[in-house]
Amino acid sequence: MSVFDGLKFRKVYSPIHVLDPRIKFVYVCVIFVIAILFSELLPLIVLFFMQIPFVLLAGIRREWVRSLRGAAFLATIIFFTNFLVAFVGSGYVVTAKNLENALALTLRFIVLVESFSVFFLTTSPDHLGLALEQTRVPYEFTFAFTTAVRFVPVLAEEAQTIMDAQKARGLELERGNFLKRIRNYIPILIPLIVSAIRRSLELAEAMESRAWGATKSRTNLYVLKMGTNDFVLLVLTAGILAVAVYVRLYVPVPPLNELLGWVF
Amino acid sequence: MIEIKNVFFTYPSGVEALNDVSLVVPDGDFIAIMGQNGAGKTTLVKHFNGLLKPTAGKVFVDGTETTKVSVATIARNVGFVFQNPDHQLFSETVEEEIAFALRNFGFKESVIKKRVTWALNLLGLTQYRKTSPFMLSGGERKRVALASVLAWNPKILILDEPTIGQDYQQKEKLRQFILQMKTQRKTVIIVTHDVEFVAECNPRVLLMREGKIIANGEAKAILTNLEILTEAFIVPPQISQIFMKLTDLGFSKDIIDIYEAHKILSDFWEKEKL
Repeated sequence: MSVFDGLKFRKVYSPIHVLDPRIKFVYVCVIFVIAILFSELLPLIVLFFMQIPFVLLAGIRREWVRSLRGAAFLATIIFFTNFLVAFVGSGYVVTAKNLENALALTLRFIVLVESFSVFFLTTSPDHLGLALEQTRVPYEFTFAFTTAVRFVPVLAEEAQTIMDAQKARGLELERGNFLKRIRNYIPILIPLIVSAIRRSLELAEAMESRAWGATKSRTNLYVLKMGTNDFVLLVLTAGILAVAVYVRLYVPVPPLNELLGWVF
Repeated sequence: MIEIKNVFFTYPSGVEALNDVSLVVPDGDFIAIMGQNGAGKTTLVKHFNGLLKPTAGKVFVDGTETTKVSVATIARNVGFVFQNPDHQLFSETVEEEIAFALRNFGFKESVIKKRVTWALNLLGLTQYRKTSPFMLSGGERKRVALASVLAWNPKILILDEPTIGQDYQQKEKLRQFILQMKTQRKTVIIVTHDVEFVAECNPRVLLMREGKIIANGEAKAILTNLEILTEAFIVPPQISQIFMKLTDLGFSKDIIDIYEAHKILSDFWEKEKL
């Protein structure tokens, strides 16, 4: 569950938390696009370090490190698959280029995880729903999205209770061979799914009885407004994107080992 | 026998649910644990079968410390019926549901068959033997959950809110059944908000408040002690409320049993008529 810790919102106030979620989302998307644009190590390293001021400003260092640790396992797999394929492909020799390529692809993954985790750690689900709604996403979708996010902790708690109830009936999850262990989870999954379906039906009934969809034009208590900081971030984001596109098109990016060769 | 020594428990979220609780539950005891929501009742009983391990302090079940063995090992002797049956029902038929725990404990197929039939019969579920538990009503599902635990005949039985969603007749059956367990020298522990049910069962009562046990004694003494009940946010049984107001007629205050009350009142009536 530690991977999800990196996506769990905690209510604190920081210059990053109060930013307009729409702008933050645009920023994350731009980072995403740039990470995809480059497969060289150097720009990806720059991208990686560019997130760190955000993390420090938002005061989410601990959670952020935890989410990176959660991603470490997948990152290792990505590194070794890429490295091994290149290793076999280039006739069983370790070249600096292969190593750098594998590292770059791993770093690309880490940059994606890191930027999304910064976004989710600093944006409350309500804020996110509000952002979706005010970008004219139909309210049905917004509602479905925020409800899904909101029910994750509820489901996790319910899973724990079910596990307790079945353990009290002598179920041992860690017992038996591989196949048996998977089968051990059936007594937990079935009650969990059944109660999730039952809960959703109940939620629907509760919503209907509270006049869901009675008015076509909804108003909100809170309205998102762009502040100075939001404009600063927007301009910054546009600048980063422009620079990245320019570099991609007109500047050859040297591999890191050559660059190191020039320096030393 | 369950022994709890200076147990503290804090949830990962930081909520302190038990604060220095010590308790001994001898074999054959019948206890009702009562208290406000969030007083720590369920947290306490989850320590009895090792589902929760104390943050500090020790819990012994029949002399074995619960941190030393798996929940499944303790569960063989300590049956725990959860509040919401939907958290445990998963099988295709009621029969299979009851057999689940028996298989986990490694009973022989012939024994399982006998035990399942016995449990179905005990809780009046025989006609639902081949029915899916999901097709049953809330009260019936609750009884299936109870049957699925009783089937392996544990020495200690913990029931979390057993009377919720049960009509009077089923409650009465449950009471008879608990008394029967008592005559078999089994330990029964119930967690409940149902004051009237407790008054009728007449167990030892344990009151909890904010993670501490604030009273521990006979139902008769505790359920008529207004001061301590108020502290635990519990209203006395209706019959006690009546008798508390009739002290000027010379009745004793500590009446919780309806049958006893009925006898006192009709004796009084006979006497007044003369």
